[in-house]
Amino acid sequence: MGDQPTPEETLPPDEERENLLTELSESLGEILIDSYLRPHEDLWLRVRVDNWHDAVRTAKDAGFAYFGFLSAIDWNIAPEGRYENTEFDAGLIEEDEEPVKLDASTGYAGGDTRFQLLMQLHSLDRQLGVILKADLGEDMTVDTIRDLFPGADWHERETHEMFGIVFQGHPTLQPLYLPTEFEGHPLRKDFPLLARQVKPWPGVVDIEEIPERLEAQLEAEVMAAFEAEGGQA
Amino acid sequence: MTATSDREQMAYVTAQAADARVNVELDTGDMTLNIGPQHPATHGTLRIAARLDGEQVIAAEPIMGYMHRGYEKLCEVRTYPQCTTLINRIDWLGSFANEVPFILAAERLMEVEAPPRAQWIRTILFELSRIANLSLFLGDMGVQIGALTPVFFAFRDRERVLNQIEEVTGGRFHPNFDRIGGLKDDIPKGWVDETRSVMVKMRTFCDEMEDLLVGNEIFQARCRGVGVIPADMALGHGLSGANLRASGIDWDLRRDANPGLAWDQIDWRVWTHPDGDSFARYWVRLQETREATRMVDQLLDGIPSGPIMAKVPRIIKVPAGEAYISTENPLGEMGYYVVSKGDLGPFRVKIRTPSFNNISVVPWVMKGVYVPDVITILGSLYFILGDIDR
Amino acid sequence: MSLLALSYWQETAIKLGLALVVIPTTSLILVYLFLFKMMAFMQSRLGPNDTGPYGSLQLIAEAIKFLQKEDIHPAQADRRVFRMAPVVVLASTFLLYVVLPAGPDAVVQNLDTGVFYAMAVSSLSVLGILMAGWASANKYALLGGLRAAGQLIAYELPLILAVMGVVIQAETLNLQGIVEAQATGEIFGFGAIGNPFILTQFLAFLIFMISAQAELTQTPFDMPVAETELVGGFHVEYTGFRFLLFFMAEFGTAFAFSALAAVMFLGGWWIPGFDVDDNVLNILGPGVMLAKILLIAFFIFWVRFTYPRLREDQLQKFAWKVLIPLALGNIVLTGIFKVVF
Repeated sequence: MGDQPTPEETLPPDEERENLLTELSESLGEILIDSYLRPHEDLWLRVRVDNWHDAVRTAKDAGFAYFGFLSAIDWNIAPEGRYENTEFDAGLIEEDEEPVKLDASTGYAGGDTRFQLLMQLHSLDRQLGVILKADLGEDMTVDTIRDLFPGADWHERETHEMFGIVFQGHPTLQPLYLPTEFEGHPLRKDFPLLARQVKPWPGVVDIEEIPERLEAQLEAEVMAAFEAEGGQA
Repeated sequence: MTATSDREQMAYVTAQAADARVNVELDTGDMTLNIGPQHPATHGTLRIAARLDGEQVIAAEPIMGYMHRGYEKLCEVRTYPQCTTLINRIDWLGSFANEVPFILAAERLMEVEAPPRAQWIRTILFELSRIANLSLFLGDMGVQIGALTPVFFAFRDRERVLNQIEEVTGGRFHPNFDRIGGLKDDIPKGWVDETRSVMVKMRTFCDEMEDLLVGNEIFQARCRGVGVIPADMALGHGLSGANLRASGIDWDLRRDANPGLAWDQIDWRVWTHPDGDSFARYWVRLQETREATRMVDQLLDGIPSGPIMAKVPRIIKVPAGEAYISTENPLGEMGYYVVSKGDLGPFRVKIRTPSFNNISVVPWVMKGVYVPDVITILGSLYFILGDIDR
Repeated sequence: MSLLALSYWQETAIKLGLALVVIPTTSLILVYLFLFKMMAFMQSRLGPNDTGPYGSLQLIAEAIKFLQKEDIHPAQADRRVFRMAPVVVLASTFLLYVVLPAGPDAVVQNLDTGVFYAMAVSSLSVLGILMAGWASANKYALLGGLRAAGQLIAYELPLILAVMGVVIQAETLNLQGIVEAQATGEIFGFGAIGNPFILTQFLAFLIFMISAQAELTQTPFDMPVAETELVGGFHVEYTGFRFLLFFMAEFGTAFAFSALAAVMFLGGWWIPGFDVDDNVLNILGPGVMLAKILLIAFFIFWVRFTYPRLREDQLQKFAWKVLIPLALGNIVLTGIFKVVF
């Protein structure tokens, strides 16, 4: 099976998901900003962050009562030498004519701000999943959905410590993984990954070359074993 | 963790205790006990700060992060094949099963489908990791309860399955065998027959565990009615795997959301139990292990011939897009949300691990239980620290 | 002893010396046979097989290892109590060996209240365990010590009540007298094998074995030492020589309880059809006793390695609601049978 052309052309239209999209668009109404449907996958919906709680409740009432996860995406580009044309990156693009153009659009269902909330829910009856996104404003606050899904307690704590998002109404946004005196929010793109600052990314291959004097010897050993097996690998 | 953080943590635990107060006539003082991080029963470095009233727990709060390796950040600066080496180490008992959802997500974005032979062998290795993982659980639950002997049988029989995985992939615990577009190598000659005999031995092992533990009155007295999780709580927390099915919910991602492996081509059933207590969780996992051996037998019979790897370029560049694929791993539902911007490595990987959600139910379920029951419940929820902490 | 004319003090001194040598030796035998080898074979592994032939010198190597360790105690521990606790537990074991008969005359002191003395002295170990749990200044040790207090006191009662049945049948508290009663007694007129109380007091035997398992804090009653919960319970802060004392006390008491069971239920140093003169019995008696003790200890350890452990409240319910009524019923039945037949 080789590469396939765009999914909308070859796969049969997914009726279930299209019905789901119309149903949710109706119940969400104004709250829904954008959506993205790809057949046989979870449905992407982008909602207003001010009505995040209502949007989640609507989804839960529509049957999506199984809590998947809650997290965030930081759409900034990391400053470490991968996306700039460093000499290391030059070695990677030997097969292409021109360097890879990174497109600055922000993913499925669009997005305007740097940080986006991300949440996934399942519906066990319909056997479908829905992915909710919301653009976070400058204040980085959003309502907690802990009362709807008790499991979101820990996910919100983790998102807070990793990205710095404040969940209003959460009783204690203590760090989950990091020690209390840790400063900064690690998963933000401007939080430096120390390993890459000390030693820039060397490119595709990250291992040492075999020294030349050994290479010939190893080659001879492999050939000898090959002959001994009667030429069978 | 400094004393300040301990005090804050205790403040949080006391706040939880306020709505879980046990009615006692004697006004005796409470005791704060740290179970962990070094403790034989916590499967690694998990720490549970428990507030005890005698032997009864008023509030218990898990404190994690002792093994946090920052995988999500590390994956952002690596290419896809380099990420697979990291991802192997999330759930180190279910070796091969970790890689599969990530590779499938990348394949979905590239719109590449692995050939049928690769998909079947992936399924076989997936089920073998499930057997390896769950057979350890079957013995380990005995150790938590106090029976020291079954775990030795578990380790002995699990070695056979790990040997089979090693023969194909070269690694017992961290195979690193899955590639975008297929598998690294084909299976060796004679492997199919050996695996069949190993499956027979694993079924004998399951029968042994059933005799030794399930039928034992003391085991049942310790596990029945302990740590009951009702269905709505399970859904709200996002419990997955056997924990969900032991609360009576019939949901299995292999049947209901198959991402392309060979499960829909064989005949198997999903096991559920209505009770939702620790015994139900043990029983469901026992049946799942047996079912997995039968699935492997069927899969071994029908491996299609053909290439083992699809045509993918040497240097893999995944086109821009997002994909979320989750599979029914031995521990539960493991999913990867991969955001790609069209270059050599992922832009953001969100790893949804089953044990993180499984343990988030601990503060709720441990209110008012005895100290021995704490160990029983932790054992029956079955988590791996690498899975919680990533 | 009619062979040698020794004064009372010389005789007692020799007997005490023998007893002091016997106690570590018996622990050694039990630990090697059952803890190292039998447990290993049950778990499909080999156990120690390096030190000495078939690993028989492993415990001596371990004893030397314990002896050369640093003497640590926790900073906040109550020093005097912390040091005294293992001595108290070991003292109760030593005192128990005073009345165990290995032959018609091979006993340190043949007390007329033998059974009563044995039961009284074996309950001293509760004190030692409580002292260890409290003085360790460790919450896990405290939990273990408190659990031990509840458990050991609860299971003393079925132990004593079970023994009452034997005493009623034998009409004496003297341990040698109990052996005589089994040797010369008859079961409903059939006297060829005497009257081993295991046959006529089977219920008492079962209750005694279960209570002995609990008194020794062995699984399924090992809540005080629950390894996967309390990581050692009341002896978690003890290392080196003091831990060796606890260890020796545990297995020495196991040997002593098995000996008591052998004397009270299996006939002690006497086997049916063996009508020889006392001096020969004094030499053969210990061998017979050893065989019977090993048989009973085998069952104790077999149960230990097979079953999971009971929770504290289930344990207490079992003692108070099941074992004690059964033991009382056994006494009533024995009394009725004794009077009627």
